[in-house]
Amino acid sequence: MSGAPQPQSVASSRPDPYAPKGLALTLESTGAILLALIWILPLAYAVWAAIHPAEYTTRFELTAPLTLDNFTRAWAAAPFARYFLNTFILVTMILAFQLVLGTLAAYALARQDFWGRDIAFALILAQLMIMPDALIVENYRTLAKFNLIDTIPAIALPYIASAFGIFLLRQTFKTVPKELDDAARVEGASPLQVLMKVYVPLAKPTYVAYGLVSVSYHWNNFLWPLLVTNSVESRPLTVGLQVFSSSDQGIDWAVICAATLMTSAPLLVGFLLFQRQFVQSFMRAGIK
Amino acid sequence: MTNRATATIHGWLLLLPAMACLALFTHWPAIASFVDSFMSTPRARRPARFVGLDNYQQMMADPIFWKAMANNLWFAMGTIPTSIALALLMAVWVNDRIAGRTLVRMAYFTPTILPMIAVANIWLFFFTPQYGLLEQIVGAFGGRSTNWLGSQDTALYAVTVVAIWKEAGFFMIFYLAALQAIPPSLGEAAAIEGASRWTFFRRVQFPLLMPTTLFVLINAVINAFRMIDHIFVMTRGGPDNATTLLLFYIYQVGFGFWDTTYAAALTCVLLLLLALVAFVQYGWLERRTHYQ
Repeated sequence: MSGAPQPQSVASSRPDPYAPKGLALTLESTGAILLALIWILPLAYAVWAAIHPAEYTTRFELTAPLTLDNFTRAWAAAPFARYFLNTFILVTMILAFQLVLGTLAAYALARQDFWGRDIAFALILAQLMIMPDALIVENYRTLAKFNLIDTIPAIALPYIASAFGIFLLRQTFKTVPKELDDAARVEGASPLQVLMKVYVPLAKPTYVAYGLVSVSYHWNNFLWPLLVTNSVESRPLTVGLQVFSSSDQGIDWAVICAATLMTSAPLLVGFLLFQRQFVQSFMRAGIK
Repeated sequence: MTNRATATIHGWLLLLPAMACLALFTHWPAIASFVDSFMSTPRARRPARFVGLDNYQQMMADPIFWKAMANNLWFAMGTIPTSIALALLMAVWVNDRIAGRTLVRMAYFTPTILPMIAVANIWLFFFTPQYGLLEQIVGAFGGRSTNWLGSQDTALYAVTVVAIWKEAGFFMIFYLAALQAIPPSLGEAAAIEGASRWTFFRRVQFPLLMPTTLFVLINAVINAFRMIDHIFVMTRGGPDNATTLLLFYIYQVGFGFWDTTYAAALTCVLLLLLALVAFVQYGWLERRTHYQ
């Protein structure tokens, strides 16, 4: 359980005796590609429906005319600009708090030896099992007491202390050589200065990995935002999309597909551009 | 003041912001759910009062609760083994030098970063009767028309398929990382011994992947109780509660009927199930897992 294990492709330099060759490789490639086609089909279909006129939604002809009309209609039919802004504020707010709270807590757990540390760690880890989604009823009551229902902070609050983030940072901080810490203290740095000057810079890959996972998660999160928001001013994209596609749009699949793609676009484009970074981040965040 | 006391104050000060939030939004609501489950739901002019096990008795007699539990069990049994097996297969494939492996890996992983609520719209269209994509494919082969989401027999399968599609590629990357971490010398040694590829996988690779399987399994179990976003778009729990999962039922009771104390009792059942998962993980599986 090291902090930042680097998956290395050690196998590439030496020939693998079990690497399939010839017919076996062809069969394997065919199977893998077929499965990949099935896996990408929903997205491919959404792209098809979104960039063609509605009459081609279920007619697949190569000569079908292209159009951006569905996107314009979707954009005009619901306040997507506002939803984008709300989601942007939401994920930024959550990530900022998660990083600050997580860094402080992880530093205490990794490098301070104090009374009650192990109990505190166990209490924090409880959140890995009892995820906020399971506690919607009571959390709603708490936020109603604070008079925060239908605000963006209400969506963010249950998530800003993340056991997952604290755990990940703790594991990373534990790999920082103690000598660096001691050297900084000899120079007269305070504990917080040591944290900011020694630990945080060394944990940068973990911060990036955690950041990507957190932003993806909260960009896509739906249930809790649905419960605590009921106006355009606070709704994030996912809830906006749901309101949009279940309301008067009827079943205009072309427009719904366009709206679906718009909602996913920022993450999707980010993923296509930084594919390696994304996959490695999710991997790094998972292997603890 | 002693050193130890200073360290304790420093430590808890650093922990304070995170612990306060966790206490408010994790520990407190878990305890409050337990307490509230023994109370009556406050209505106008009738404040909450202690009713003992009334909510639990109501639960035992509630056919929708049992339906939701059964559905969730089937949903779990449908998603967990299938998505793990597919993830392993994907990882083995993508780990080999197959044609177009970068694109293939990308295709497998893409569902992970797409919002479930958004892709559920597309899947909804796939399953739409008459002109949906699946209907057209079945029709092209002369099959008969099925209302996949409108029929009690097929709706749960349909939402299960979507869940598998969503999480298999996510689990794949953990297997992929683990496969790449296996030293090549093991493969060379097995080859000298004359082991077949299947034997090598079964006797060497698969046992070495056990910690990964455990990690993925825990995630899959938790997801089986958490993944309900697509239910909102595709079925809203219907037809006739055929796709109502436990968390979706909690949502319906708590925010549809506003019966908050009954919802609290249901939440306790969910928490108990999650605690059971944690117990099995740390108490039993952890000891049986072979670490490298």
